[in-house]
Amino acid sequence: MRRITLTALVAVTLGNPVSVLAEPQAEVLHWWTSGGEAKSVAVLQQEFAANGGTWTDMPVAGGGGDAAMTALRARVLSGNAPTAVQLKGPAIQEWYEEGALADISAVAEAEGWVDVLPASIAGHMRCEGTWCAAPVNVHRVDWIWANAGVLEANGVSMPSTWEEFNAAAEKLQAAGIIPLAHGGQAWQDATVFEAVALGILGADGFRKAFVELDENALTSDAMVAVFDQMRILRGHVDRNFSGRDWNLATAMVMNGEAAFQIMGDWAKGEFLAAGKVPGEDFLCASTPGDGFLYNVDSFAMFNVDGDDKRAGQELLAKLIVGKNFQKVFNLNKGSIPARTDVSLDEFDSCAHLSAEDMAASSEGGSLLPSYAHGMALRGAQAGAITDVVTAHFNSDMSSADAVEMLANAVANSM
Amino acid sequence: MAAWLERNVPRILLAPSFLAVLVFVYGFIAWTAWVSMTRSRLLPKYEIEGFIQYERLFAAPRWDTAMNNLFIFGALFIVVSMLLGLLLAILLDQKIRTEGALRTIYLYPMALSMIVTGTAWKWIMNPGLGIEAMVRGWGFDEFAFDWVIDPDMAIYAIVVAAVWQASGFVMALFLAGLRSVDEEIIRAARVDGIPTWSIYSAIIIPSMAPIFLSAFIVLAHLAIKSFDLVIALTGGGPGYATDLPATYMYAMAFSRGDIGQAASSAMVMMTVVFAIVVPYLYSELRAKRG
Repeated sequence: MRRITLTALVAVTLGNPVSVLAEPQAEVLHWWTSGGEAKSVAVLQQEFAANGGTWTDMPVAGGGGDAAMTALRARVLSGNAPTAVQLKGPAIQEWYEEGALADISAVAEAEGWVDVLPASIAGHMRCEGTWCAAPVNVHRVDWIWANAGVLEANGVSMPSTWEEFNAAAEKLQAAGIIPLAHGGQAWQDATVFEAVALGILGADGFRKAFVELDENALTSDAMVAVFDQMRILRGHVDRNFSGRDWNLATAMVMNGEAAFQIMGDWAKGEFLAAGKVPGEDFLCASTPGDGFLYNVDSFAMFNVDGDDKRAGQELLAKLIVGKNFQKVFNLNKGSIPARTDVSLDEFDSCAHLSAEDMAASSEGGSLLPSYAHGMALRGAQAGAITDVVTAHFNSDMSSADAVEMLANAVANSM
Repeated sequence: MAAWLERNVPRILLAPSFLAVLVFVYGFIAWTAWVSMTRSRLLPKYEIEGFIQYERLFAAPRWDTAMNNLFIFGALFIVVSMLLGLLLAILLDQKIRTEGALRTIYLYPMALSMIVTGTAWKWIMNPGLGIEAMVRGWGFDEFAFDWVIDPDMAIYAIVVAAVWQASGFVMALFLAGLRSVDEEIIRAARVDGIPTWSIYSAIIIPSMAPIFLSAFIVLAHLAIKSFDLVIALTGGGPGYATDLPATYMYAMAFSRGDIGQAASSAMVMMTVVFAIVVPYLYSELRAKRG
C-alpha cells in the first residue's frame, strides 16, 4: 500500500515539475545542536531563506541521534513526516523500504550529482535507482592524530605499519607517556577496531567482512590477527580510559599526556578550537594500511504533501550539494566536501590530505563505508559486531574466542 | 435520577482512570507482546512470525550478561539495603538526641536523582580521580580500588552506589515499623530481664514482617527497572559488563532499530517482575478476603 502511494507521488512529482508559485517550505529534523555543528547548520538556514524559502527548524538533541530517530518514528507513524531529516548510511535505505522517502531525482539530474560525487558515496544517496538523499560532508574515520612535540622529543615518527606503531608505543611507554589516548565507550572501541581491521585485512577483506558480512572473512586468520592487535593496543591505553569521552582523549594528546589518538576528523575540530596548528603542534595521518573509511552525513527527503513543501525539498537538496554550502559547512565542521569539484584553498593540510586520499581510493576501489559509524551496516548488525569488539577489548577474551563470537553474533542479528 | 446518580457516581468518576490504565498499561503490554512475535526492525510490523525474537534473545551473550547482572545486582542490592537499613534503624531507635537531624541526613540520598548519584559515584570510584588517587596520594602506592574499570567487578560498584541511595529510605521504613511495635510488650520484656538484642530478634523484628515485605517489593522493582544509575555510572561498560535488561532494551529499541528484539526483552523483564509481584498480590488479596 505504502509503495503504491510512493509510486503515485513520484508520478505526480514528475508530471508536475516544481510549481513556481509555491513558496518553498522545509521542516528540517537534525541533531546538530552543539557549537560548530549548530553554526554549520545555520549557514544552510540562511542560504535557504535567501532563496525565498521558509525554514522550520526541528533540532532534537541527545543520544547521538537516538532521540531524533525516536521523534522521527513518531512523526512518520502519525503520517506527518518532516520535509528533510539528517540520516545516513543504510538507515536511508531502511526508511525507503518502509515507504517513507521521496524522490529527488529531478534535482539530482539537473545538478549533475553523478559527475561530482564519488561513486561509492553517491550509492548511499540512491534508493533503487532514484535519488532520495543529499550528502553534506565526508568525515574520514581512519585517522591517527599525534602530538608533534612529544613525537619529536622521543624520536618517534608517524607509523606507517602496525608493527611500527607497536614499536613506537613501547618506546613512548618506557618514556612515561601514554602511547594511545582512548575513551572506553563502545563506539570508540569500534572506531579503533575498524581502523585496525582496514590495515590488517586490506580493502577487499574489509569489504567482505564488514559490508558483505561474509562468514569466511569474519572467521579468517586475518581477523584473529586484528583482535591480536586490539589486545596489544589495550596495553597501550592508560588505566582510567573506561567511559572517557572522545574529546577528553583528544585533550590528552593536545597537552602531551598522550602521544596518539585514533579517531575520525571531528577530532581536528578540537585541536583547531584550542588554537593548535596542523603540521606544527599536531600531526594527522591515515592509520597504517591502505584505504579510506568514510562517514558521510546526509539529509534524506521524506514523503510530504503540498507543492510548497515539495518545492522546499528540492531547493534544500540543491543548496546542500551546492558548492558554496559544501565549502562553508565543511570549513566549520572539520570534514571535507562530498562533491569533488569544490576549491579547497581555504582548507587546512589535513583536509587536503583527506581529499587527495579520497580521490585516490575512489579510483583504486578502497573507498569504504565505516561500519562503526553506521555507514556499512544496519543498526542490528553493526551493533552485534560492536558488542563483540567491546567485550573483547574490555576483558581477557582470546582472539580465537572473539572471532567465534563475532560470527555467532552476526548470524544471530539477521 | 438522584438515586441513579448516587448509585453510579463512583463508577463514572473511576471510568476515565480505569480506561486510561486499560489502554496505556494493559493495552500496550498486549501490543508489546504482539510486536515481540514479529520481525519488526525500524518500525513495528504486525505479521506474526513465532518466537524468533525470543530465540535470538536467548542466543545473545549480551542478554545473558544483562540477566546475570540483574540477579547479582538485585540480590545484593535488596539484601544489603535491608540489612544496612535495619541496622541504621535500630541504632537510631536508641532514643538518641539528634535523631531528627541524623534521620534527615540518612534519608537525603533518596531525594537525589539516580543520574546525580551515578555521576558522583563515577568520580568517587574513578581510579584516577577518586578514592584510589586519594589513598595513593597519602603514600599507599599499592592501594587499588578499580572496580568501575574492571569488567568482573563493575557490577558491584553499581551495587555500592545503589545501596548508598536506597538504604536511608529502607531505614525510614524500618524505623516507622520499630516505632509501631506495642510499647507495652517491650516494657514487659524489659521487666522480665530479657537482653535488648533478643528483644529485637525475638519480638520486634518478627512483628515487622509486613514492613519487610513492603521494603522488599519497593527495592525489587527499583532493582528491575534500574537504568539511569547504570547509564550515569558506567554507561553499561566496561564493554557491556554492566548491562542490565533495561539498558539492553533501550539499546535495541532506540539505538539499533531492532524493535522486535526490544519487545521480546521487555516481555521477559515483565515476566521477572510478575514472578515477584504476583505471589505478593495473591497473598495480599487472599489475606483480605479471609
